[in-house]
Amino acid sequence: MAKKRVLVVGGGLAGLAASMKLAELDADVSLMSLTRVKRSHSACAQGGINSCNDLTRQLGDSEWRHLDDTLYGGDFLQHQPPVKELVYWAPQIIDLMDRLGVTFNRTPEGFRDQRRFGGTLFKRTAFAGATTGQQLLYALDEQVRRWQASGHVTKYESWDFLGLVQDSSGRCRGCVAQDLVTMEIRAIPADAVIIASGGCGGIFGRSTNSVACTGSAVSRVFQAGARYANAEFVQVHPTAIPGADKLRLISESARGEGGRVWVPREPQDARPPGAIPEKERLYFLEERYPKYGNLVPRDIATREIFNVCVKEGLSVDRGRMCVYLDVSHLPREMLDAKLAGILEIYEKFQGVDPRAAAMRIFPAVHYSMGGLWCDYERIAEGGLNLCSPRTQQTNLPGLFAIGECDYQYHGANRLGANSLVACIFSGLSVAGGVISYVNSLPNGLAAEQSAALFAAERRRHEARYREILARADSGPNPYRVQAELGELMTRVATVVRHNGELEQAYGRVRELEEEARRCAPSDRGEWANQNVVFVRALQDMFPLARTILKGALARDECRGAHYKPEFEPLGVDAADPAERRRQAEEWCDQFEQNNARWLKTTVASLDRDGEPQLAYEEVDTSLIPPRPRLYGVAGGDLIEQAFAERQARRAAGRKP
Amino acid sequence: MNAGARAEGGARSFIVRVLRQDRPGSEAYWESHSVVHEPDMNVISVLQRIAEQARTVEGKRVAPVVWECNCLEEVCGACTMIINGRVRQACTALVDRLLEERPGAIELRPMTKFPVLRDLLVDRTRIFAALHKVKAWVPVDSYHHMGPGPRRSQDEQQMAYHYSKCMSCGCCLEACPQFLKIELTRGRDESAEAFRARCFAAYDRSFMGAHAIAQVELFNQNPIGKMSARERLDALTSEGGIQNCGNAQNCVKVCPKDIPLTRAIALAGRHATLHALRNWFDR
Repeated sequence: MAKKRVLVVGGGLAGLAASMKLAELDADVSLMSLTRVKRSHSACAQGGINSCNDLTRQLGDSEWRHLDDTLYGGDFLQHQPPVKELVYWAPQIIDLMDRLGVTFNRTPEGFRDQRRFGGTLFKRTAFAGATTGQQLLYALDEQVRRWQASGHVTKYESWDFLGLVQDSSGRCRGCVAQDLVTMEIRAIPADAVIIASGGCGGIFGRSTNSVACTGSAVSRVFQAGARYANAEFVQVHPTAIPGADKLRLISESARGEGGRVWVPREPQDARPPGAIPEKERLYFLEERYPKYGNLVPRDIATREIFNVCVKEGLSVDRGRMCVYLDVSHLPREMLDAKLAGILEIYEKFQGVDPRAAAMRIFPAVHYSMGGLWCDYERIAEGGLNLCSPRTQQTNLPGLFAIGECDYQYHGANRLGANSLVACIFSGLSVAGGVISYVNSLPNGLAAEQSAALFAAERRRHEARYREILARADSGPNPYRVQAELGELMTRVATVVRHNGELEQAYGRVRELEEEARRCAPSDRGEWANQNVVFVRALQDMFPLARTILKGALARDECRGAHYKPEFEPLGVDAADPAERRRQAEEWCDQFEQNNARWLKTTVASLDRDGEPQLAYEEVDTSLIPPRPRLYGVAGGDLIEQAFAERQARRAAGRKP
Repeated sequence: MNAGARAEGGARSFIVRVLRQDRPGSEAYWESHSVVHEPDMNVISVLQRIAEQARTVEGKRVAPVVWECNCLEEVCGACTMIINGRVRQACTALVDRLLEERPGAIELRPMTKFPVLRDLLVDRTRIFAALHKVKAWVPVDSYHHMGPGPRRSQDEQQMAYHYSKCMSCGCCLEACPQFLKIELTRGRDESAEAFRARCFAAYDRSFMGAHAIAQVELFNQNPIGKMSARERLDALTSEGGIQNCGNAQNCVKVCPKDIPLTRAIALAGRHATLHALRNWFDR
C-alpha cells in the first residue's frame, strides 16, 4: 500500500508540531507555508508557555486549577473536555520542548524558571528570555528539518494555499496551491489536509500579527463549506507600541516581572514620566483590581486602558492615545536577563530605553479566539480519545484545523501564555486521529483518485488568477481598500461594540467587498507577482470580516473580549445591606438567564449567496459549572457569596 | 489603535532609490520613488507606500517593488536587504535615522551574496542547506513522554540562548569576504527537484559561513546534542567548512542579534582541531 500523505498548511508551532509527529508515525508529510516556516508568526510570541509544574504544585496548584483558570478567564465559552486534555498534557509538552533543546531560563540550581502571567495567581509560565515563541518555533523547525533530511517531509515554502480538492462525496483529497515565485499553480494530492495557518489580524489592518496572517487559507476552506466558530471573539492585547506599519507587542511578561501601568493624575502632565512623583500617578489597574493588580485578564486590562484614555481623558499624550507601562523601577540586571528581547524592541522602534523611562503603549488586535469549528471525542472521565478521527476534524471530512485557526481552547478570552501550549498540543494531538482517519478511508488513497478531479480544480484556480491579472486598470487600489477595511473593523469590532455601529459597518464592508472584486493589480507580470497574491488575499478577508461583524451584532451580551455596554449587568452599589443582598440576587438571576440564552458557541456557515448564517451550539460545561466572572465588579464578594449559596442549595436539593 | 495614522498635508517628501531586477539573470536598474514623510516610519512602511503608489518619481506607472517580510519586529529575519550601503532588516531601519545619516534619499538594494529572484527578493536556500549539513537539531529518540530535559546552569542557558536567537537572516554571510555568491540556472529539461539537488550539492562544497558554525557550537554544547558531536564536527571540517574562515570578523559586526559569532568560530576551531587529532589517533 502507498504511504499516507498528509498536507499541513502553515508552519508555525501547530503545523510544525503536527508535521514532526506525523513523520514519526511514518506519514508522508507535505508542509506548505507562505513564508519559510522558520519565519512564521509564532516567532513573535514573547512571554512564555503555561503548565502546572513541580513548584506551583507544592503551592496548591494542579492541572485542575489550570483548567479552572482557563475556563474562568475564557468566561466558560469553551467545551471543557478538550481544555481538560490540554492542561493535563501541558507539563509533558514543556518537558518535550525542554528535551528538544529550547533554551528555557534557569534557576540557580538549574531547573526551569517560571514567571507569573495574567489570570492566575501561580507562577505557571516557563520562558526563554522574552522570545519564547521564537525559541519553541526553532526547536520544532529543527526537528522538521531532520525529518526533511530523512525524506519524510517535503516543504512547499513560499506557496499560497488556494483551495481544497474534494471528491464527489465531499471528502478532502488534497489542495491546489501556487508557487509565489514562479507563479506555477499545482494540484497536490493528500489523504488528509490540516489547516494550521494562524490568525487573521490582516482584517484589522494594523495589528500585532505578522504580514502573512491574512486568514486567507481559513477563508478559502470556509468558502468551501467548513464552519467557523466564535468569530466575534477577538483578543485585543492591552499593551502594544503604536507604529506606522504594525502595532508591536510588549509582552504581558513585562507586567509579570513587576511592570506597572499608570497615567499621570493631572491630564497630559507635560513632565517626563520619571519626574512625576508617586502620589501624582494613577495606577488604575492596581487600584481597581487589588487581587490581580496589573495582571488582570487581557480583555479587562484592555478595556480599562481604553476607558482611562477615552472616557476619563487621562491619555499621556494629547494627540494620540496611550498610557505608561513602567519597568524603570526594576533592577537592570533582572530586566536584561528576563526581558531583554521585548525591551530591545521598544528601544529599536521608539528610540527610548525602557530601563530608564516608562514606555508609552496602547491596546492592539492580537489574537483570534474564534476559528474553524472542529470536533472531539469525549471519554467518560471528561478528557478526550485522541485516537479518534474526530479529534480536531472540521465538518468537512478529511479537513482538520489546529493552532490559532481552530476555536476550541480559549473561549471568550485567551489567557496569556496559553496559546503556545494550545498550538503545540493541538499539533501533536491531531496526528493520531489523522492516521486513524486515513486508515479508514473508503475508496482508496488520494494518489488513486482520478486525475480529472485534480485537473478540474487546478483549472478553476488558474482561471481565478487569470481573471485578477486581466482586470481593467480603472479599478480601486487594493492597499487603500485594505486600509479602510482595517480602520473600520478596528473602530467598531474591537474593544467596545455597539449594535448601531456594527450594523452600519456591515453595509460598508459589503461595499468594500465589491470594490475589492474590481481591484486592479498594478503588476501584470507572471513572475513573483506579490500584487496579485495580495488582491486575492484581500478579497478573501471579507467573508471572515462579515462573519465577525454578524456574530458580534447578534450576540447581545458581554462575555470575555466581547463587550457591549448596553448589555452590561449593573453591579452592587446600594448602601443598605438588605438592598445590597437583593441586588446581588438579582445579579445572579440575570447571570443565569443570560447563560441560558448566550452560553453557546456561535457556528457560522456561508450560504449559497456567501452570506454567513449563524447557528448556536450548546457548550459542554460538564466538568466545572460556569460561575460569574467577577474580576473587579462592584460588590463582587457579595455576588460570589450569593452565587455559591445558590449552588450549595441546588446541590443539597439534588442529594436530599 | 490608529495612533500612527497617516499624516495629511504639509508633510515633506523624500526620495527612495531602489535597485530593481525583473527576473533572475536579467539586468538590474535603478528607480526612484518619492514618499511623503510620516512619523515613526521604517523602511517597511516606505515599501508599503511605494506599492500603494506604484508610480516612480517621474510619474511612470510601475509594478510595486517586490520584497520579503513577515514579523516586522526583527525576529523572523525575512526583510534583510542593503539599506544605505549596510546589510540589515528593513523593519528596524527607521526613516528619520536614515535621513539623518544621508539627507534627502534612502537607497535600497538586494543582498549581493544570494541570487536575486526579483527586486529585493533573494533566494536564501543556501542558509538552510547549511543547517542540514551541520545537522542543526537535537536528535531525540522519540516524541513520547520521557521526562524533562537535562538540567542546565544559568550560564549554559545564556550562552545557548545567544546562539539560538539566530534567525537565518544572512547578514553575517553578506558581510563575509569568504562567502561568495553561487547562482546556478535551471536547465531547460531539468526538473525542479533535480535543480534543487544540484544547488544543494554546490552549496555543500562552498563555505557554510558563520551562522552554521555557531549552530555547531549550539548543538555540540547541548547535553543531548553532544552525543552526536562528532557528526557535526565531521561536517564542520569537510569541504566548505570552518577552514574557509579568513578571520575578517565582519560577521559579528553586522549580526542584528549580537550573536557572539567570532567566539563561536574560535571555539569551533579548537574543537575542530581536537577532532582532527582524535581522528588521526583513531586511524
